[in-house]
Amino acid sequence: MTEKMGTTGLILKEKLLWERGKTGREGFSFPRQDVDQTPMDPEFARDDLDIPDLSEVDVIRHFTRLSTWNFGVDTGMYPLGSCTMKYNPKTNERQASLPGFAGAHPLLPESLSQGALELMYNLERYLAEITGMDAVSLQPAAGAHGELAGMLLIYAYHKSKGNQRHKIIIPDTAHGTNPASAALCGYTPVPVKSNERGVLSTEDIAAVMDDDTAGIMVTNPNTLGLFEENMKEVADIVHAKGGLVYGDGANMNAVMGIIDMKEIGIDVLHLNLHKTFSTPHGGGGPGSGPVCVNKILEPFLPVPRVEKKDGKFRLQYNRPDAIGRLMTFHGHFGIMVRAYSYILSMGPDGLKKASQLAVLNANYIKEKLKDIYHLPFDRPCMHECVFSDKHQSGNKVSTLDIAKRLLDYGFHPPTVYFPLVVSGAIMIEPTETECKDDIDQFIQAMRDIAGEAKENPELLHKSPEKTKVSRLDEAAAARKPCLAG
Amino acid sequence: MKEISEMKLPDNVKYTDDHEWAKDEGGNVKIGITDYAQDQLGDIVFVEMPEVGATYEKGDEFGTVESVKAVSELFMPICGEIVAINEGLEDAPEQVNSDPYDGGWMISVKPSDTGELDALMDKAAYLDMLKG
Repeated sequence: MTEKMGTTGLILKEKLLWERGKTGREGFSFPRQDVDQTPMDPEFARDDLDIPDLSEVDVIRHFTRLSTWNFGVDTGMYPLGSCTMKYNPKTNERQASLPGFAGAHPLLPESLSQGALELMYNLERYLAEITGMDAVSLQPAAGAHGELAGMLLIYAYHKSKGNQRHKIIIPDTAHGTNPASAALCGYTPVPVKSNERGVLSTEDIAAVMDDDTAGIMVTNPNTLGLFEENMKEVADIVHAKGGLVYGDGANMNAVMGIIDMKEIGIDVLHLNLHKTFSTPHGGGGPGSGPVCVNKILEPFLPVPRVEKKDGKFRLQYNRPDAIGRLMTFHGHFGIMVRAYSYILSMGPDGLKKASQLAVLNANYIKEKLKDIYHLPFDRPCMHECVFSDKHQSGNKVSTLDIAKRLLDYGFHPPTVYFPLVVSGAIMIEPTETECKDDIDQFIQAMRDIAGEAKENPELLHKSPEKTKVSRLDEAAAARKPCLAG
Repeated sequence: MKEISEMKLPDNVKYTDDHEWAKDEGGNVKIGITDYAQDQLGDIVFVEMPEVGATYEKGDEFGTVESVKAVSELFMPICGEIVAINEGLEDAPEQVNSDPYDGGWMISVKPSDTGELDALMDKAAYLDMLKG
């Protein structure tokens, strides 16, 4: 047994802010009043506003203590499959905090926002180049919003042809939000099973594609971490019947600068800047989910568009076919600055190399663990690999137990029980961030846990043992939620 | 996780491919999910039920069951009208885990065609299916 990274240490308890506060405490002093006091209209007053009185020290200690309970990508390896928890380089933060960007007001006139508009214009062009698509809108606020944008574009396209359709094909290896995005747009999702190789078969698509089907939503690489090798043929079948192809770009980290999405038949693709382009994520946002399109869909992109004319940048609203506005002001601009910083730092060769290393790392883990964990699809993977608990379930050890035990070893658990096509799935995405030493340590931890599963299953049922709180009762939390504060 | 040999599979209910059970209660048919299904799903936290009075075809989705792992659809083993739902599951969905064939029943259906029940699997056939 190797030495574990996970150890115990002094961690301080922390109350809710409401329990910490005491009447009369203040965080700061108001400036001297230099206008007359005016009573507030009683209509706007309420007496049930429960906000605790706190000093600055109260607040700082509260959040600092909570932060010590946390585990982030700055703490250690975070192989959460399909989430691309790559390291967020600190230079991104530095660029985003430059006063010209951080202090820019969204209502400044165009003449005083040239730098911000130029950045958006250039970022759109870079993302188009990286994906192979023709045009990009940076408006969508996050991944699922980008999916909805893509669906609205497909809807607008069919409407413009005077022939709206009602169904969308969605493979069982697509991201979970895809059917919801299609349904939100009024389309009925038509599920299609992946084949024995874990990818789409052209026959299955041909069997369901018809004149009432608006298109297909494909996640490529898919949620099994496999490249959809029949993508071009699938796209041809959909196009031949007048449909369009939506690509979910959440797994773009495997193929930056490697796959030309337009070439393989994608008409519209969303990206997650907060995954592939190293902007922070996992804390609830903000994200950014740009949508990239080919020429056919460009007229429908949301307004305003950033345009360059006579060396000046401006926002263009006059686009009659546009689906409208999807987001206030400029979208999540601060996130765009971070992604732009990342793209410029890496350059075209660096981005390509990042994808190659992400794929290499996942394949390395797959090869080093497949003798001990069940690998449902034993073939080269892309940026993530999917195991199951099949070999451990005989000892009554489940995926959840394995994931919880990993915490004791000092690793964030992988994604579990997804994709649904693999029972007890363990979905590992190391990203390019991790060096071989750290990956080897993770592999050793997984191997040690497999050993414990055989020799001492009870240890795994009780894990984690070193974290501040041990195994949480997720079922009770969901059945009888108690939200305090 | 249970071994197949540990599964509770009563003789007096019929079984479907989707792991629902259906039991003739002298006219109306009670429906729920099998011990195997609840074991696979894990701790169940919510059961979404249909409206009483709604009618469904065989194979229609009549509700969903949400566990800590995933949300799964529930499918009608037979055609018919919903005459009752197990309102007790709203506060205590865990009964589906602890008592899948009794306290954990989900709906009661007035069948459109009583013959449909006979076409479902009996215990032996269901057990064969589980063993693959």
